[in-house]
Amino acid sequence: MATEVAEEKKVDTESKRVHTYPLIRHSDMNDEMKTEAMELCVTACEKFSANNENAAKMIKETMDKKFGASWHAVVGEGYGFEITHEVKNLLYMFFGGNMAIMIWKCS
Amino acid sequence: MSRRRPTRIREGDDMTDIGDGTDADDWTQTKTMEKPADQLQLSEQDLKEEFTRILTANNPHAPQNIVRYSFKEKQYKQTSSVDQLAIHFSLDGNMLHRDSDEAKRQKGKLGLPEAASEPAISESGEGAAEEAEGEKQETTEERADDAATPAPTEKRKLTNQFNYSERASQTYNNPYRERGTATEPPPRATYSGNVTQWEIFDAYSEDFEKQEKSKEKKVVPGRKEEDKSRKKLTITETQSDDISRVSVASKIVERMVNQNTYDDVAQDFRYWEDVSDDYREQEGTLLPLWRFAHDKAKKLAVTSICWNPKYNDLFAASFGSYDFMKQGTGLILFHSLKNPSYPELVYETDSGVMCLDVHPEHPYQIAAGFYDGSVAVFNAVEKKDGPLHRCTAKNGKHTDPVWQVRWQKDDSDNNMNFFSISSDGRIVHWTIVKNEMIYQDVIKLVIPDVSAEGPDGIKVPTLGCGTAFDFHKQKDYLFLVGSEEGKVHVCSKAYTSHFIDSIDAHNMAVYKVAWNYYHSKLFITCSADWNVKIWEMSNKIDNKDNSETSTRKALFSFDLNNSVGDVAWAPYSSTVFAAVTADGKVYVYDLNVNKYEPICEQMVAQKKKTKLTHIEFNPIHPIIIVGDDRGNVTSLKLSPNLRKVPKEKKGQPPMDAAARQQFELNKLEKILSMVRESTEANAS
Repeated sequence: MATEVAEEKKVDTESKRVHTYPLIRHSDMNDEMKTEAMELCVTACEKFSANNENAAKMIKETMDKKFGASWHAVVGEGYGFEITHEVKNLLYMFFGGNMAIMIWKCS
Repeated sequence: MSRRRPTRIREGDDMTDIGDGTDADDWTQTKTMEKPADQLQLSEQDLKEEFTRILTANNPHAPQNIVRYSFKEKQYKQTSSVDQLAIHFSLDGNMLHRDSDEAKRQKGKLGLPEAASEPAISESGEGAAEEAEGEKQETTEERADDAATPAPTEKRKLTNQFNYSERASQTYNNPYRERGTATEPPPRATYSGNVTQWEIFDAYSEDFEKQEKSKEKKVVPGRKEEDKSRKKLTITETQSDDISRVSVASKIVERMVNQNTYDDVAQDFRYWEDVSDDYREQEGTLLPLWRFAHDKAKKLAVTSICWNPKYNDLFAASFGSYDFMKQGTGLILFHSLKNPSYPELVYETDSGVMCLDVHPEHPYQIAAGFYDGSVAVFNAVEKKDGPLHRCTAKNGKHTDPVWQVRWQKDDSDNNMNFFSISSDGRIVHWTIVKNEMIYQDVIKLVIPDVSAEGPDGIKVPTLGCGTAFDFHKQKDYLFLVGSEEGKVHVCSKAYTSHFIDSIDAHNMAVYKVAWNYYHSKLFITCSADWNVKIWEMSNKIDNKDNSETSTRKALFSFDLNNSVGDVAWAPYSSTVFAAVTADGKVYVYDLNVNKYEPICEQMVAQKKKTKLTHIEFNPIHPIIIVGDDRGNVTSLKLSPNLRKVPKEKKGQPPMDAAARQQFELNKLEKILSMVRESTEANAS
């Protein structure tokens, strides 16, 4: 009986498995920029795991420094967006299983 | 009032100033003293006479007796103090002493540095004059400056404080103009979406599934990567996306160039027929067409050649070395007749490739046997530089060179499988199940009477050395095995322990056994003992009598005066076969024409001492390809006499395949019956 319960639980955990790796949902950046931006997002979100605002700020400022001004960053768990961006400058990714990060450039 | 400034010469003041320096007097007229007319003539004495006069401060014109009424004393009184001052001329001055307090105050007010203000103050007396001259100064400034240059001692010029402007700035100022260009704004796009927890979850699970799938896929080649440590095999196909995009076009261009270059050869291939055949009775000739060579194959021998069953212009050739002392790397090349200059595909291997076979139904699958005893399967479609499968010492590898591999029909589970034969005496059946190559020993070539003694006195059965085999064209289970001892065994897949039939065919190693395309019992063998022999399988299966098999004689025997490397039946005729020898010759026989002599004997090798190793007929075109031990494959066209086919009778429809088959069989049977009679007669 006990084994059965345990087995059931195992199945359950399997289905509720949480993925935390960074997953790029949409991006039109070139590969180099994309990896850099993705790593930056991961770093920022890990550093400010409790404060999305700071994470977004860090992302924005670092991107401004690295790729020129007027970057915008949104970090959050639920939001809708409609943005205009300069082509080849958009990254929309998920991270940590519940966080969506949107960064784009538009001056 | 003195206006003289002896050290200063000013252009504006020249007329008014009288210089009393020596320089100034030089040009003036000498002064002559003039005496007035009424001047007293005085004597020397008079002149010397002294007159004493006392100058007093009293004004001689002032009245000395002014009386005024004094109200204090109530009487007229003579004023004692009379004003002695008389003014003859008066002019208000505006000079200040430079050290006076007022001057200092003024300086402080103007904020001028001492030195700069100095002349201004000392000359303030002429300030008015200067100001008046201001305008004149400006207009004549240039001239004035020129004049001033030769007087380096000149002090710094005063500046007009009111409307002075630097000379350098008195140029024409270009009017400002505006000019602007507008750039195109960087292209933009809009993107919209919603972030919700369920969408994130879905995205993750979808991606995870994808990853799992790709992992599964990657596991497959993972196993094959075992051989990665071996020498890297290269495929000439380019991997990069950019280049692969033009690969098709470049291939077409390459072939066009080749077609241009080898135009005459291509014309010969298609249209040239040796007209001299008409004047000869039976003999024919071989016309060399393209020669296929590759740099990497230069020092290797062609160990096998095999036409692609689907593409009639494509053949695969394996390269290795037959020399025990000179073993090295191997090579598999795919050549196309359409591109004689460069192979279509190149596989490099670490060990010499001794044989290969192209799968008849899956022409992209190539089985190969290596000198080190392993067998491998290559896939020509996959852009992979190594084999798809390769056996190792763990799973059934031969211990001696593999001399022949041959694909079989797919088994009941539709798994691809092939046989290999090696000089270690084993014939192994390989089945490719999914990603594994499963082996099974089919038969061991035990030599029954001879057995070696093991270390403990145990009798160890001696194994024969298999060198060649061929599977029956119709009966799947039946196959022939040639051995190094010169024996030919007729075997069945059903019996693993004993042979159906055994023939002492040759005195030296058998290099090739091959069933006839048309006759189900006829096969040909060639050997290093200079002989090519044609045999008919006896009906021994029925009477199970093995006693006198070894004494049997061949139906035909041809001595070619040199080691025969390979022999091949012609696909278009039951009676034609061709053989190659170590002295570089190709022999073509047609039993129907001449049972004793070749109808063509031709030197094919480019250089002397080049051995020919293999020969193969093209299944469709009237050409043969011949490989030599220097890495060359030569294609040759058979002249009309060498490929005689039954003449179509006028008024009759062309023969269909079955009729053709029957015709060929009859033709062969007719010859055989004659031979059989003669041998039987001899025997009796």
